[in-house]
Amino acid sequence: MDSIIQQMRAIRLALRKNEVWRSVDFDDFLTDDLVSPSLDDSYEYTYRCNIPDLDTDRLALVNGYCRQPLQVLPNGIVMGGLREARRQYPDLVQRYFGSCTTKTVTRSFTTMQDEAFGKGMVNPYLDINTEHYTDGLFVYIPDGVKVQKPLQFLSVIRSDHPLMLQTRNLVYVGRGSQVAIIHCDDSYDQNSSFSNNVTEIFADEGALVEHYKMQNLNAQSALLNQTYTTLQRDASLRSIAISINGGHIRNHSEIRMNGEGCETQAHGLYLIDKEEQVDNYIFVEHSHPHCHSNELFKGIMDDAARATFNGHVLVSDGAAKTEAYQSNKNILMTDKAVVNTKPFLEIYNDDVKCSHGSTIGQLDEQALFYIRSRGVSERTAKTMLLYAFCDEVIQKIAIPALRERLSDMVKKRLHGELNVCSDCALHCSTPCNGEEAGATFKIDVSKL
Amino acid sequence: MSLLSIRNLHASIGDKEILKGVNLEINRGEVHSIMGPNGNGKSTLAGIVAGNPKYTVTEGEVLYNGKNILDLPVDVRACEGIFLGFQYPVEIPGVSITNFMRTAVNEQRKYRGLDPLSGSEFLKLMEEKKKVVEMTATLANRSVNEGFSGGEKKKNEIFQMAMLNPTLAILDETDSGLDIDALRIVATGVNKLRTPDNATIVITHYQRLLDYIVPDFVHVLYEGRIVKTGTKELALELEEKGYDWIRQELEAGK
Repeated sequence: MDSIIQQMRAIRLALRKNEVWRSVDFDDFLTDDLVSPSLDDSYEYTYRCNIPDLDTDRLALVNGYCRQPLQVLPNGIVMGGLREARRQYPDLVQRYFGSCTTKTVTRSFTTMQDEAFGKGMVNPYLDINTEHYTDGLFVYIPDGVKVQKPLQFLSVIRSDHPLMLQTRNLVYVGRGSQVAIIHCDDSYDQNSSFSNNVTEIFADEGALVEHYKMQNLNAQSALLNQTYTTLQRDASLRSIAISINGGHIRNHSEIRMNGEGCETQAHGLYLIDKEEQVDNYIFVEHSHPHCHSNELFKGIMDDAARATFNGHVLVSDGAAKTEAYQSNKNILMTDKAVVNTKPFLEIYNDDVKCSHGSTIGQLDEQALFYIRSRGVSERTAKTMLLYAFCDEVIQKIAIPALRERLSDMVKKRLHGELNVCSDCALHCSTPCNGEEAGATFKIDVSKL
Repeated sequence: MSLLSIRNLHASIGDKEILKGVNLEINRGEVHSIMGPNGNGKSTLAGIVAGNPKYTVTEGEVLYNGKNILDLPVDVRACEGIFLGFQYPVEIPGVSITNFMRTAVNEQRKYRGLDPLSGSEFLKLMEEKKKVVEMTATLANRSVNEGFSGGEKKKNEIFQMAMLNPTLAILDETDSGLDIDALRIVATGVNKLRTPDNATIVITHYQRLLDYIVPDFVHVLYEGRIVKTGTKELALELEEKGYDWIRQELEAGK
């Protein structure tokens, strides 16, 4: 364990000037007392989730281990723990494990810069995960299956001592198949933790994958959430990352569109306060013609919270007729809140439509005046506008029950009413004795 | 007592003086039209009465129901019964008209010490008021003004006016950007809302709106002052002759 911690600290030093990783500073969370979870830890797995009208098939990881047996459903879907899958279906796992994390070798400004590590995308955190992962979830969906119920991945941390998790998830979606995955990261108590998680999603030809990442961790926890997606010809990804709490969250997404006609919709919403940090890095590679990508990330930062958006779209010379759009919009509530935003397009083909932009600001004065002119108090008007700001991302959630639930939660959160015990998508396992104020979020609109 | 009494109002935006001594008295039951060329202070006057903080009042007072309202914030003035129909209604993505109006109606009720409307009471009120401007059901579920046509935006203003039932409505260039049908619908809506207890100020620089909304008084606001007041015939005269003769009259008078 010590050696992993040492390695991770060394990585931080080595990558301090690296464009992709410079915003990542986990030092405060890489404490000497972190230990690896043990399969013998026999915590009761309790789970309550009460999203009205949302019926999901659940797969749970408790402290990084899957404790449910591997299931094979009548339509051929295999799902369960990766460790178990590796034993029972070694060929399947072998075929796709590592298939999405292959380093890009395309000509790229960023890769040229990485002198310290030679050419190719550098990601030592991925290497550590590959070497040390304990378990994770495995889902294999054969060709032509439309998965009716969303799959819910629950990654719950519950421990009486600080934990370091290395979790590895692998999802294969067959040709023309469709699936929605709701991926929840929760901490159960107030113990600190460090998670270096990797999820690989391989979407074969014509597949459609919806991937919702819901993050609600305690302020002592750090989460490095790496997602690597490969889209084969005509496949689509719709991903939304919603980060509501966490000491330091890094959503590191790399999406490679590996054939013509692929589509990527990758969005994010972050609402953070106190000294929390959320960092969204997203790399989208257009290497074939007629692929579309669209990114919209929005965030509200209160107190001394810090956010980073680092979006990189690489359009290689073969990718004619590419359409790629990037947008990052932020509202800062205080003088101490910080956002670093860097939407970045790197284009080597001249037959493309691309745009990028970012804004950092306060609320629209004209809209505020308009709402108030109807008799709505300043405080209510500001809350309405903050919610409206978030709504653009929430509306992109395609599962109506989940969308409504999140809409409700964000509203409550902006009103400062969100109870840690609220039975909702992001609070499926938060303790009731939440005297630790870290789990509540209150935006003080008077600061605007 | 006048409903609205504006006395020697001077106002500026930044260093530029726009209103240079406006006097105006408005009683309940009356419709006043304020006309005048662009850039002479019509919208400024509307903005000051409604409470837009971008204007600075340097002199004079605005009494509403006998009380000086210049220190009241815009939302309190609205709760007191003042409504501004915007020349350029603001788009608010993410806030539906229904949600917006439910919040506004209930905040105004709260100000007056009334209980909020229940969901069904509110929907009933919405249905009733939508008819005033022939508003479609789908429009009400859309985000406020987002992607609306010019006509839809102005209908939405009058719809909000119907929902909030103000004592003093100021309609700033409500006719701009409207085709004939929309103009008729908007004007008919305003007429339906007219009662002996409320008053309306219609700001326009075209006479055609006044074919539908017949004013009791027509004022000409020119270079920051009301230089002429008459009846609806004055509007016709302005339509025919333009504003030059007013300038000439003023210069001759100096």
